[in-house]
Amino acid sequence: MALLTEDQKMLQETAASFLRDEGGPAKQLRHWRDSGCTDGYGTGFWQQFGDLGLTGICIPEAHGGLGLGAVEAALVLEEIGRNLTPSPFLTTAVAGVRAIEGTAHGERWYPAILAGKAVLALAVDESRRHSPEQSALRAERRGNGFVLNGAKQFVVHGDSADMILTVARTAGSPGDIEGLTLFAVPKGAAETETVTLADSSKASRLTFSDVELDADAVVGEVDGGWAPLSRALSAGRAGAAAELVGVAAGATAMTVDYLKQRKQFGKLIGEFQALQHRAAHLYGEIEIARAAALKAAELVDSGDQQADLFVAVAKAKAASVSKLAVQEGVQMHGGIGMTDEHDIGLYMKRDAVLGELFGNIYFHRKRVAQLSGY
Amino acid sequence: MTDLDTFRSETRAWLEQNCPPEMREPMRSESDACWGGRNWTFQSDAQRVWLARMAERGWTVPHWPKEYGGAGLSPAKAKVLKEEMARIDARSPLTSFGISMLGPALLKFGNEEQKKRFLPEIARGEIRWCQGYSEPGAGSDLAGLQTKCEDKGDHWLVNGQKVWTSYADKADWIFCLVRTSTESKQGGISFLLFDMASPGVSTKPILLISGNSPFCETFFDDVKVPKDQVVGEVNRGWDVAKYLLGHEREMIAGMGLGGTGGTLGATLKPDDPLLRAEVAAFDVDSLAFAAMSERFFEMFKAGEAHPASPSMMKYAGTELNKRRHELVMAAGGSDALEWDSERSKNGKAARDWLRTKANSIEGGTSEVQLGIVAKHILGLPGT
Repeated sequence: MALLTEDQKMLQETAASFLRDEGGPAKQLRHWRDSGCTDGYGTGFWQQFGDLGLTGICIPEAHGGLGLGAVEAALVLEEIGRNLTPSPFLTTAVAGVRAIEGTAHGERWYPAILAGKAVLALAVDESRRHSPEQSALRAERRGNGFVLNGAKQFVVHGDSADMILTVARTAGSPGDIEGLTLFAVPKGAAETETVTLADSSKASRLTFSDVELDADAVVGEVDGGWAPLSRALSAGRAGAAAELVGVAAGATAMTVDYLKQRKQFGKLIGEFQALQHRAAHLYGEIEIARAAALKAAELVDSGDQQADLFVAVAKAKAASVSKLAVQEGVQMHGGIGMTDEHDIGLYMKRDAVLGELFGNIYFHRKRVAQLSGY
Repeated sequence: MTDLDTFRSETRAWLEQNCPPEMREPMRSESDACWGGRNWTFQSDAQRVWLARMAERGWTVPHWPKEYGGAGLSPAKAKVLKEEMARIDARSPLTSFGISMLGPALLKFGNEEQKKRFLPEIARGEIRWCQGYSEPGAGSDLAGLQTKCEDKGDHWLVNGQKVWTSYADKADWIFCLVRTSTESKQGGISFLLFDMASPGVSTKPILLISGNSPFCETFFDDVKVPKDQVVGEVNRGWDVAKYLLGHEREMIAGMGLGGTGGTLGATLKPDDPLLRAEVAAFDVDSLAFAAMSERFFEMFKAGEAHPASPSMMKYAGTELNKRRHELVMAAGGSDALEWDSERSKNGKAARDWLRTKANSIEGGTSEVQLGIVAKHILGLPGT
């Protein structure tokens, strides 16, 4: 597994200082939450991502992007996680762009994405469980186009997105991978119920009642939606894993600092061996989760045949570790950890949402078993 | 062709000519290793010949200076030799605590006479060494050791006991931490070398819950040791011990604790859904740790790893290994409980499972490793 190159370290440092200075809870998460903003993130702030070129990490150089990959995206996402920065980076610049690459949709949307002016969302889930191949939302041919009927849920940024990459079924039955088609659904086409999640982010429940789409709304091939969807989900899962590593690291850094400051019984609580051991265990787990996330990203970038396996490993591991980190975080902070005023609880809420996104721990453990032949 | 290329082709040719075919098969267990020593019986002619040929070239310890039995190879050439040996699956000609532990200590702290006296015999596999560190009262707190080493003018007099001495009953000599002063805990320890055949030395093998083991209790009853067999300064033996500990960490770093990336589930094929779920959870952790091992190895080579990170790796790797064997036993059901049948290969599953319980104890317990991470990486306060 390769160490970071100098260029990667520079990108990491750029993202780290930008998100540390501008992306923290006071300036972003709490601000948008408490001001009643409907997007859950700042559109002006998203434009700053564009100004810094971060939006172009996964966009080919020929189209004005940086032509980098999942590893660079992971470096940015870890900082996003560490600072609990609400932004459409993951769904737009990491997962979304992979779905539309090599298609007319790419050409159409790259410029606005690069500028930090467009947002993409993915509509995959139809129940409380992530299960892409079970998609039942129907897309039937009508005239030159399609008409869609059905529903989607847990569409992160579904309300603010300019275009929603939607998985629908054009053939076969739920469970079939063939017969799925990916559609580029414009904003407002589906009936949208905006749902605020536990981490203050906005996701949507979409209802499609005879929603008409032109033929050119198809991304890739009809019945062949699994390919662009898999690319998007692979990138999205690996990216979510990296963000979860950041959440874990941010929560733990805060907690270790607290152990070094809080005094009870005449001592710093960091002297108590039980807390020392739990913190040390957590440190190791985070290092391991980071290695897994970076390896998954590397394999995605190189198109290795083990990429799917390691993406599942990374998402499952990062989610488990982050879950431990936020639980230990709240617990070790004692009473103040339970207050809204303190940031540690925000980490716990973000972990819960990221944990479910693109498949939870159980989903990916099952995938590891399936991909390993047992 | 560069100097290195020439060396590679010469090495390849020599190995082809001189490494017996039987020595090009992987070892099935530790008992296939060649330990050498005064009482060694070679498993085969091939094993004897392989050791002799490699020792003659100084290639049992290629990086040691020539005057001490090595070949004086640069790190680059030593790497080439290692690669060429790996290429033909050539076994190491000699497994030896003398090479892995005592040698580095002597090279750093020994005087010229000691180096000339002890190192060549180690390199040729003529003397087999064991390590006398832990005592019944000094395990995790090794510096609390009490084996007494009194200055009797023209010799040292050693009295005490060691425990967990691997292969003490087979070794020729021992390198031993002894107490030469009670004025200071760490500052009263010396690093002493002596012959296991000395009058007053006796050993007793330790039977483990997993069965036979190489571990022994070693007893010293008025053992006389020549004055010149202290390595480094008297009462400064703890420095030697710490140096060896650091060296051991480098070895752990190079070992690749992670495994090959295969899954346990593919091997066990668990038929019970709840067991399958636990195995899948294990495989997530195991593959993640394999990624970590790769990353750690690269970082260590690049000098980017935190000096205390081997503690984190040892802790995580050993705990994972114990979990692995728990799952192997679970999958094996009652068949895996057999202890001494041929069907069970003499209870291999059960014995291996029990043996792994020591992994989190030996080489620094998990609790000690966590403490090291807490103190040296996280900077948490207190002792």
